[in-house]
Amino acid sequence: MNDIFLLQHYWWFLVSLLGALLVFLMFVQGGQSLIWTLGRTEEHRRMLLLATGRKWELTFTTLVTFGGAFFASFPLFYSTSFGGAYWVWTLILLCFVLQAVSYEFQLRRSNLLGMNTYRVFLFLNGVLGPLLIGTAVGAFFTGAEFVVDKLAVTNPAMPVISRWANPLHGLEAALVPQNLLLGLSVFLLTRLLACLYFLGCMADAALRETCRCRLWMEGAFFLLFFLTWLGYWLTSTGMGYMLDGLVYPVQHKYLNNLLDMPGVAGVLLVGVVLVLAGLVQGLRGWRKAFWLAGPGSVLVVLALLLCAGWNHTAYYPSVVDEQSSLTIANSSSSLFTLRTMTVVSFFIPFVLAYIAWAWRALDKKPITPDEVE
Amino acid sequence: MDAIDSSLVDWSRAQFALTAMYHWIFVPLTLGLGVIMAIMETLYVRTGREFWKQTAKFWMKLFGINFAMGVATGIILEFEFGTNWSNYSWFVGDIFGAPLAIEGIVAFFMESTFIAIMYFGWNKVGKGAHLASTWLTIIGATLSAWWILVANAWMQYPVGMEFNPDTVRNEMVDFAAVALSPVAVVKFCHTVTSSWVLGAMFVVGVSCWYLLRGRHTDFAKASIRVACWFGLVAALLTAHTGHQSGRDIALHQPMKLAAAEGLYEGGTSQGLVLGGVLTPGVDWAAPTEQNRFLFQVEMPCALSFLATHELDGYVPGIRNLLEGGYPLLAGGVVLSAGEKMQRGRTAIAALATYRTSRDAAEKQVALKTLRANFDCFGYGYLKSPAELVPNVPLTFYSFRIMVMLGGYFIALFAGLLLLGKYIMRWKWALLLIVLTTPLAWLASQAGWVVAEVGRQPWAIQGLLPNVAAISRLDVGSVQTTFFIFLGLFTLLLVAEVSIMACAIATGPETDNTAA
Repeated sequence: MNDIFLLQHYWWFLVSLLGALLVFLMFVQGGQSLIWTLGRTEEHRRMLLLATGRKWELTFTTLVTFGGAFFASFPLFYSTSFGGAYWVWTLILLCFVLQAVSYEFQLRRSNLLGMNTYRVFLFLNGVLGPLLIGTAVGAFFTGAEFVVDKLAVTNPAMPVISRWANPLHGLEAALVPQNLLLGLSVFLLTRLLACLYFLGCMADAALRETCRCRLWMEGAFFLLFFLTWLGYWLTSTGMGYMLDGLVYPVQHKYLNNLLDMPGVAGVLLVGVVLVLAGLVQGLRGWRKAFWLAGPGSVLVVLALLLCAGWNHTAYYPSVVDEQSSLTIANSSSSLFTLRTMTVVSFFIPFVLAYIAWAWRALDKKPITPDEVE
Repeated sequence: MDAIDSSLVDWSRAQFALTAMYHWIFVPLTLGLGVIMAIMETLYVRTGREFWKQTAKFWMKLFGINFAMGVATGIILEFEFGTNWSNYSWFVGDIFGAPLAIEGIVAFFMESTFIAIMYFGWNKVGKGAHLASTWLTIIGATLSAWWILVANAWMQYPVGMEFNPDTVRNEMVDFAAVALSPVAVVKFCHTVTSSWVLGAMFVVGVSCWYLLRGRHTDFAKASIRVACWFGLVAALLTAHTGHQSGRDIALHQPMKLAAAEGLYEGGTSQGLVLGGVLTPGVDWAAPTEQNRFLFQVEMPCALSFLATHELDGYVPGIRNLLEGGYPLLAGGVVLSAGEKMQRGRTAIAALATYRTSRDAAEKQVALKTLRANFDCFGYGYLKSPAELVPNVPLTFYSFRIMVMLGGYFIALFAGLLLLGKYIMRWKWALLLIVLTTPLAWLASQAGWVVAEVGRQPWAIQGLLPNVAAISRLDVGSVQTTFFIFLGLFTLLLVAEVSIMACAIATGPETDNTAA
């Protein structure tokens, strides 16, 4: 094993961790999608939005950092997927633009569009954000339609190296049932996490009870969709690659990855157990259940993404040209850049520490109706 | 699509310019107003006076309204490097991605974590912790600007990298050269200090409006005092760093300087055009005798001094840059645009041979040829030397608008500090200040127009023209997203201005007791 091999795996781990943290922090989106379901009075709706309004920037920043880290460590993915799956990424960005202004603008006077319009924006972000991100990530396992030809740089008339082979430019991912299943699973997970978060941070007993009751439906549908997707995933064919870079299909690739990497399988198992434990404890009304299901969801997503890229797996398979498939070996930055970025990554524990301090400082006391006045 | 549609390049540029210009409406106010409100909160913590707390809280409210839009437009900008400039993302992603990732990890998290404490933490953390959070928010925002400007400066002056023919991309070999490039340092200082000027101008403008209406007068006078000192220092620093920036442009982007000066025929002892009107419809790339100015006022030898620090220094004009043949200070003679394009094509052909040949000896020759001509690689994608000439009128007038307004701001801040007690009684003067407040945004945008239009046709100076940097999309998709962004950003801008105007009309919660 050489340095570049280790660093590619280290950076795939970091990108996966950021992706996992993003899914966890999208409980903010889940909460937004439940504004009218859980908030039956204006006071309750304001309390719910105050709770998520204190956290939305963390989710947003994690998304931006996820993009930046992916760009720095695996630029060929950034180049191929963003430039090719143009519409799906643009839609994701648009719904995050709506979120960014809506928290600040919704309760301000003279906000032009009225409070409810901004809340509809938050609702749209809450539904479309997780659904589209989940669907786009689904393509990590089902593949996408693209061709990469680096020799194109030498053609001055058409020097673009990545070509998308479907005119829908990414929207076709939503037509793949497995991708949709994953998108729906992510969406329902964010709602489940939101219910658990509200259960912990609200002082109002009636609102807490509404959140607890809602967990039944969100939990049941999440398990239905996620377990169906998991079944498909474990039996699906993935793309492996040899040391010389040759990409080839492998039956039950992701199941094999779990068997080949028992540590990752353990992370997945612990994650699933924690999510289930959080759900069960939440249904019993335990107010700290969010801190079981939240870290559990991080572990589950982390394990799935590690299976997508580790163990000689093509993390972004091309369904029109196998050899164009992206792997952590053929799409990564240079050894020098990965080393430099690795030094920067040592700041991450420090960043996590001050986020934890700020989180605790703001959430020490439950949110009361007085606070929204 | 066998060849790139030139309208795809135009629409991709238009979309990026649209997003960047909208983003830059909000970011300088965040950077400038952030420091001012942090100074005011510091005054509150040091003096314990409630007046300063309410003053800080009022400016924080406006900061928050503005901040949201900066964030909203910023996310689009980052991802547009992937969506609309995908070839760029591969060709230089090994270098360019790092500052963006570092921005997220080191700066953006700091900003977004502590802004929550700043807004929601007044009664949840101590005074000191709150003040620290306010300063960390603005430090985070400024660090964020640092890394973005490092990335932008690298596009203007690419350093610290080598081309790898095996991966067909440029790879970073010296991080310090990228992160601490002198061009990046000057660009950061110039951009941030000019943002401080904008923030100060905003505070002065809003405060003068209160004086004009006879409301919140103590608050207004105290805010003007803080903002004028801050604005004057910032404006003088902006002028100083602007001079340094001009020198950088002369060294590394002489075509941009020639366009900003409307200098067709260069030479020694060149004068700086203080003001003038260009002849409409002139083809600046055409080697014909034309009267390029309707009139101009020049300061003799000043351009030579700006560019070379010598009164009789040589400054090339557009014609000289296209035709080459003039001597370099470091020795040698500058190649013509045609020669550079030929060498660029040779480099591209050598890369193709290197990638396709199976003969080791032939590969070695190709590699040697590629390396010998790589400094002109990007020129190989150009079809004609005329493409190397940016939009001269836009660059020329934008430069003058920026400089003249910079002078106005220095005079205004100095005048208010020296003669404030008189000026604050003159209604016409207060009205003039209120009405000229938006000029701060005009100056700021004009500065970016000079920087970005002046470097055309390059995505990366001398290395990669726009035409080779784009994503392979159909024009219709980019046109559609352009109009979606235009409509959405405009709608949200109108909403923001409306909310801000209402918040200003409501005013701070300070009473009229002395500060």
